Amino acid sequence: MTTAIDKSIQRREAWDKVTGQAQYCDDLPAAGMLSARLLTSTYAHARLRSVDIAAAQALPGVECVLTGADCPQLFGPLLQDRPALARDKVRYAGEPLALVVAVDEPTAEQALRLIEVDYEPLPPLLKPAQALERGAPLLHGQGSYKKVLEDIYPEPGTNIASHYRIRKGDSQSVLQKCAVIVRQCFGLPPSGHLAMEIRTARAEITAQGQVLITTSSQSPYSVRKQLAEAFLIPAGQIQVKTPLVGGGFGGKAAVCLEILAYLASRGVGGKKVRLTLPREQDMATAPCRLGLEAEISIGADQNGLIQAAELNYYLDCGAYTDIAPYMAKAIAVDCSGPYQIANLSCDALCVYTNHTYATSFRGFSHAEQTFCLERTLDMLAQKCGDDPLQLRLKNAIGPGCTTPTQVAYSAGLIGDLPQCLEKIQPLSCWDGGGVTKIKPHTVRVKGLACFWKTANPPTDAISGAVITFNPDGSVNLNTGAVEMGSGCHTHLNQILAERLQLSPDQVHVVAAPDTQVAPEHWKTVASLTVNMAGRAVLAAADDALSQLRVNAGLALGCPDAEIEIAAGRAFSKKNPERFIPFKDIVQGYKSPAGQSLGQPVIGRGSLMLKGLSLLDPYSGSGRTGPDWSLGAQVVEVEADLRTYTYRIISASTAMDVGRAINPELMRAVIAGGMAMGVSLASRESFAYNSDGIPLKPNLRTYKLMHIGEEPDYRVDFVETPEQGSPYGVRSYSEHGIIGMPAALGNALSRAFACRLNTLPLNPERIWRAATEGDS
Amino acid sequence: MMKKYEGKTVIKLRVNGQDHEVAARPADILLDVLRQQLGLTAAKPGCLNGDCGACTVIVDGWPIKSCLMLAVEAEGHDILTLEGLGGRAAAQKAFVAANSFQCGYCTSGFLMVCHALQNHYSELPEEYVIEEWLQANLCRCTSYQELRRAVRLMYEQTPPSGSPRDSRPPATNVFPAGKNPL
Ligand code: FES
Ligand code: FES
Repeated sequence: MTTAIDKSIQRREAWDKVTGQAQYCDDLPAAGMLSARLLTSTYAHARLRSVDIAAAQALPGVECVLTGADCPQLFGPLLQDRPALARDKVRYAGEPLALVVAVDEPTAEQALRLIEVDYEPLPPLLKPAQALERGAPLLHGQGSYKKVLEDIYPEPGTNIASHYRIRKGDSQSVLQKCAVIVRQCFGLPPSGHLAMEIRTARAEITAQGQVLITTSSQSPYSVRKQLAEAFLIPAGQIQVKTPLVGGGFGGKAAVCLEILAYLASRGVGGKKVRLTLPREQDMATAPCRLGLEAEISIGADQNGLIQAAELNYYLDCGAYTDIAPYMAKAIAVDCSGPYQIANLSCDALCVYTNHTYATSFRGFSHAEQTFCLERTLDMLAQKCGDDPLQLRLKNAIGPGCTTPTQVAYSAGLIGDLPQCLEKIQPLSCWDGGGVTKIKPHTVRVKGLACFWKTANPPTDAISGAVITFNPDGSVNLNTGAVEMGSGCHTHLNQILAERLQLSPDQVHVVAAPDTQVAPEHWKTVASLTVNMAGRAVLAAADDALSQLRVNAGLALGCPDAEIEIAAGRAFSKKNPERFIPFKDIVQGYKSPAGQSLGQPVIGRGSLMLKGLSLLDPYSGSGRTGPDWSLGAQVVEVEADLRTYTYRIISASTAMDVGRAINPELMRAVIAGGMAMGVSLASRESFAYNSDGIPLKPNLRTYKLMHIGEEPDYRVDFVETPEQGSPYGVRSYSEHGIIGMPAALGNALSRAFACRLNTLPLNPERIWRAATEGDS
Repeated sequence: MMKKYEGKTVIKLRVNGQDHEVAARPADILLDVLRQQLGLTAAKPGCLNGDCGACTVIVDGWPIKSCLMLAVEAEGHDILTLEGLGGRAAAQKAFVAANSFQCGYCTSGFLMVCHALQNHYSELPEEYVIEEWLQANLCRCTSYQELRRAVRLMYEQTPPSGSPRDSRPPATNVFPAGKNPL
């Protein structure tokens, strides 16, 4: 019997969130803090002739004004290519170029208006294809960036920031001989994360030189690392705290505001400074979701069995790389989708443009890559006259296959796609993808897409957990995992409670990680937290259990091997009526005669990922993540053939989650991902004018979905346990988003009998595609 | 001639049944005064432009975006923030029971809308009314189905009683309908 898993336990912090007691970064008291504001570029690409700050500096209440000249360092987790404040050149509209610290925000804002910037406009590069042209201006001249990690491959003299290759079998000659070949091009625009909590950070430098950062970040340990390396501060002198985060979706994994907040505090002698972006800057200045261009060729035999594929991806990383090279790598690693494709070649390039720079976004480039692949597969199904679901089923990855990076398939490692396809049929009332007329000009159609995803952490990513006990026998769990809504603290609570055979009520998860207190956890990203931190928690639990056995053995006078633990008590196996509650042994044991026995219990567990490797630069072989998760998704639309409008009726996901350790929490997070996917696919994009200036960086005109626009979301689970993870659970929290754009694109392409190869799918786009041929 | 205000003026605000004196500039928005001067941080900034609803509070019974209301305009009105509900409101219990939030950042705003809705409609209103009320707010995490569910559950709650702490269910509570409450 389980005590804590396989149950729909409510979020640990639920009551804090419904009473307003939950604290996010900017809810902490700000009395006495100075305020910082950023001046950002109004050009997408320009030389900075001069930035005149004299008038701003002279304004009463202004404590300091910084420009690029005050910070020569370059930043970036993979390639150091980004100045904190632009120097010499600006490379995207919205790029910070000056920072004002003042007594309050109104004064800081007033000072911004007094700064005179003299720009010399340069032609902007707004598409990867344009940036790849011969003779295109170089956004980062030779030697203007530094490699941080081994597996980044910038191509000097071009705008290519990195390049990843997959070569498996012989795609070229096999593709030519295929009976059915589909070739398609795709172009997907960048868009925003738009977590409801705007990015914010605070900094202070004590007289002793201690740097204190409080930030709404998914990666406090990366903040520490990047600050330490860039400013040559011993890492131990930097303390980063992260209260609850109001949504991240990958956008708060990048280290950006923390650097500026540190510079601001340094500029005013270490005083406390608070930097909060206005929503408009949160959209245009802070990193966004990638754009992507692709050319896809897939060949199959008459029966629709895929023989070969050639895939070229050009990732629009914007002005700076941040984590984008790894998103290109992630595309390559999973480029075949969850299918067996023996002959495969893929080139994934990360290309600089004059857009806002991109960072990780829910799905880590998989939603974009999946859109291109799954749209092409639907066209293949159409050409072969196949039911789209059957086509995917007969090509599903299975025993005997390898992934694009040549990892051998096993259901435990990768998951069971046929079962997901089985379950999605009743869930979505799958009807073969046919077009059903329900009124003279109205049709109903379903579109299908499958997805899979593994992660791309550094090969030596680490995590840890420390557990201590309270006098009532309850436990405190201290990890570096950030709770931003994905429910990781609840899952870790469940995992610990289960292993200790306690009720979840008796486990208290430390809500706000602090790098000085919590053992390092790589980052709260990649849906890996439950896997990585979960394994560390299990190790800590086992460590505590063995200490509890020793104390119990001393207390009960029997060898520790004879001690059994359950329900907050330690029993003697031989003599089960003899037991002692945790509360009497967690701080050591004091006998009735007053004799002290044993030691207080502190459980510790840690984890360094094992068995991962860098990819071979030529074939791409290697293994990047601990496991895969996969699934199938269907979107049903009702389309009006006269107005090119549509309504999304339902969206379904059948996903192999390994084990549903908290079915309701998992359902809701997957449904949330689906909602984001539907929104992304139907309405979201950053629109730029021909000068590369973003047109609508605010929530008034950048429309997110409101209640009333949502379809009926349906989620079902397949449970093929993953061997290495806690209780077999797979990564699942990002995945709801991945197949949604593709499924919607497939449904609408069928409804309107056209090829929709771009996003978002708004009526104008559909009308164009339907009336002018391809979109 | 229009009167020009400089610097700060002391104004009286009635928040959660208590009178407060705060010093505000004419341009200060209610949201900032609540958060920075009264320490009532449940209402959140999300856009400061009236688009997201994270800042919603209840003024004289109506949900109001506190980023669009000047603090000086709020004088003489009855302001209720999420803190003022304690843990007693049916809406709060319903939000927990329906798993209506993930990151929780939008929650305060949605709760205030729902609480005001219930004060205006004693019986569960029609779906389109619920949509009209809740459409003022944005949530980036949930699928919205959970919020609809919360409204229905809110109307099934018994009227509030006892102290807020007493009314909290034990944390091990599993969701009411087992595997999938929707
Ligand atoms: S902050 Fe008031 S509506 Fe967004
Ligand atoms: S729960 Fe995160 S925005 Fe609604």
